[in-house]
Formats: sequence, C-alpha cells, structure tokens
Amino acid sequence: MTAATRSLRRWGFVHKWTSLICTLFMLLLCITGLPLIFHEEIDDLLHSQVKPAEVAADAPLADLDHLLANAIANAPGQVPHFLIWDRDDPNAMFVSVGPSITSDPSKNLLIRMDAHTGAYLDAPDVTGRFTYIMLKLHTDMFAGLPGKLFLGLMGILFCVAVISGIVVYAPSMRKLSFGTYRAGRTRVVRWLDVHNLAGILLVAWTLVVGFTGVINTWADLVLKMWQYGQLAEMTAQYRDRSVPAKLTSVNAAVEVAAHAVPGMTPSFVAFPGSIFSSKSHYAVFLRGNTPLTSRLLKPALVDAETGALTDSRDMPWYVSTLFISQPLHFGDYGGMPLKILWALLDVLTIVILVTGVYLWVRRRRAGVSVDRVIARSSGIESPALSS
Amino acid sequence: MTPRKSMHRTLSQIFVAPLLVAIVSTLGLVGALVGDGWWDALSWATLAVPVVLYSLFIWWRKPN
Repeated sequence: MTAATRSLRRWGFVHKWTSLICTLFMLLLCITGLPLIFHEEIDDLLHSQVKPAEVAADAPLADLDHLLANAIANAPGQVPHFLIWDRDDPNAMFVSVGPSITSDPSKNLLIRMDAHTGAYLDAPDVTGRFTYIMLKLHTDMFAGLPGKLFLGLMGILFCVAVISGIVVYAPSMRKLSFGTYRAGRTRVVRWLDVHNLAGILLVAWTLVVGFTGVINTWADLVLKMWQYGQLAEMTAQYRDRSVPAKLTSVNAAVEVAAHAVPGMTPSFVAFPGSIFSSKSHYAVFLRGNTPLTSRLLKPALVDAETGALTDSRDMPWYVSTLFISQPLHFGDYGGMPLKILWALLDVLTIVILVTGVYLWVRRRRAGVSVDRVIARSSGIESPALSS
Repeated sequence: MTPRKSMHRTLSQIFVAPLLVAIVSTLGLVGALVGDGWWDALSWATLAVPVVLYSLFIWWRKPN
C-alpha cells in the first residue's frame, strides 16, 4: 500500500465516522431549519396580529417613556428588560418584560407596541407556535445550553465531514467527468453520483452555514465573555452600585446615545440590571444602515441616575463575529429570492445526508465496499451490487 | 459521457469545476451582506449556480 493510499483510507475513515455520528442530528437541523427560513411568513399566515395605526411616512415617533408606561400598564407586576425596535416593521416596537430584573430573559414576555402612537398592540404567547417549536428543536432540542453546545459539536463534525468529503471526492472521480450521473446503473451507483455531485456543489454553502451555525451555539458564552470583559471595563467605576431607585427618562437616554454615535440607528435598549447592561446604565445598542453594518451593534452606556453618557465603544471581535455569522446562517439578508435559494440548498443537503446513509447501509449489507465501487466506478460492477 | 477506461484525470482536472462553483457561491454569500439592490441580485444569481447545475446534471441530461 502506498503512502497516498494509506492517507486516502484515513480520510475515508474520517469521512465515514464524522458523517455517521452527526447525520441524525443534521437531518433534524435541516428539517427544522427549512420552515425557520420562512418563520415570519409562517407566523403571518398562522397567527393574526393587531396592526399598528396607519401613519404618514414622516410621522413623529412616540415618546418612549409614554410607550413604556403603556406597556407596563398592560403587564402588571412585570418589569422591563429591553426596549426593542422591530427590524421588519418600523411602525412597531417591543417591550420585553419579566417578573424581576434578574429573572431569566429567555422566559420574558414580548409586548408589541405602536411606535408612533405608543399604544399597546398585543402580547401573544409564542411558546405554543409551530415556529417556536421548530426553533427550540433547531437550537437546543429543549435541552438548554447543554443541548445547544451538543448541536454545536455535531456542527463541527459536519464541517469535518464536508472537508474530508472533498478529499475522498478525488479518487471517486478519477475516471469520471464532473457532473457524471450514470442514470442507467443500479441505485447504489446512481446515489453515489448524486451524493458526490450535490456534496461537491454545495461545499461552500454547507461549510458557511454549518460553521456559522456552530458559532451561533456559542452565543450565550460570547455574551458572558462580553459582560465580564468589555462591559465590566466600561462600567468599572460603577461596580459596587446597585440599581438606582428611580430611573431617568429612557427617551432622553436614547437621544443622548444617538447624539454620541452619529449616523447609527437605535436597535434596542437594555435596562439597568438586565443581562446586557450594568446595574447603573441604560445600554443603548445602535446599528449601522447597510446589510452588514446593521448587524454590528455598538453600545452607548447612559448613566440611569444622571442621564449622562458614560462610554461608547465598538464591540470586540468575538461579538462582531457572532453578529456577522447570524445572517450567514439564517439567509435572511437578501430578500425572498435568497430565502428560496436557502431552502433549495437545505433540501439538497438533506439529499446528501440521505444518500450518504444509504451508501453506508448498502456497503454493510452487501458486504461489499463502496470504496470498491468507487475504485472501479467506470468499470464492471460487483455482482453483489447489480441486483 | 462515457470516459475511456484508461483515462485517469489529474487532481486539477477533477477540482477545477468544483473550485469555480465554490468561488462563485462564496461571492454570492458575501454579496448580499455588502449592499442591497444589485448586490442582492448578484447573490441570487451566484447562489443559484449550484442548484441549477445539480438540476441540469441529474434531471436534464440524457441518460447514457
């Protein structure tokens, strides 16, 4: 056996086992991911929501303190964690509330508000929705952070499987031209051709979507790193203070922040004591206005006791990496045609997974190596496989 | 497409088409991030390449 053959065998081994271990979970991710590409459209179709008032395009926005008071009046006993501008609908805003400022924000209630009149719209419980169940299955399989990190590990195996797949593609195509599909041959040969063709065509997309998915599983850890890193640095002199008894105007805080960071648009405000801020600050997160910069947030910290700006910095590289990896995973940054392409590529990934499992099962059952089919792919088939 | 049995393709022959497809789809992945309008159109056109090639090779090619 030559060194090259030994090396190829090793790659084949890596491809087989990384694929086999992650396939079941990758199937789950691809199937649940498919409706998630269209989650807004599905929600619009399945659930009605109160529409914001019709206003002129240049109508003034509601005073945020007024809007906030209206939201809290509709959620007795709750405290605000975040005030969020709706990316998709400039006429609506969200107030995210929880039973206390230290409660788990992933269990928060999201109250929709009219951005112009400041009136309460609705606060639907999304936890029973189809898209919510798909999202939970897709992100952590209802198993919290361990589930998330486990899926991240499966994602890493998937990326290794794609890369080793590129290596084993070469010997398989020694005697075949690109795109060969031997339609007249047995299923194992046809599906090998499908697996090879779809796999090699989708290399860039599967690697990007796979790896950005892995990065997304680290979001909670990235947030913790930012809290103990940059956020702690920016608010070092406030460390020992507690949440102020009376907060200054949130509307004024947003104005101070927008003035401090010209050219950017507010994206959301984290209230003092919530996970995205210190105990003494409104953290106003601003975003840019291109598809890329709209994903990159910049926090401006406003003292919630004095209303003055404390600090504003660009976020560190590890947070920016997370932000940029989100659209690249979701496919929501290029309109409906991009979403449709994302769905088609997702379906082709399912094809790769299913044909891959089939080739492995076939090899075991027939006792004949697919490697051999590959090796003599343009020659005569093994009698065991021509049935 | 019946390649002759004796013909062995070199690595560069095997990988030239996949490499082009990978470069083109990467352009598409990045394109829509850069801007809207024409950038979006560029990314639709380039990311459609793998899907179109797959369909052509599997469904619209005459079986040998």
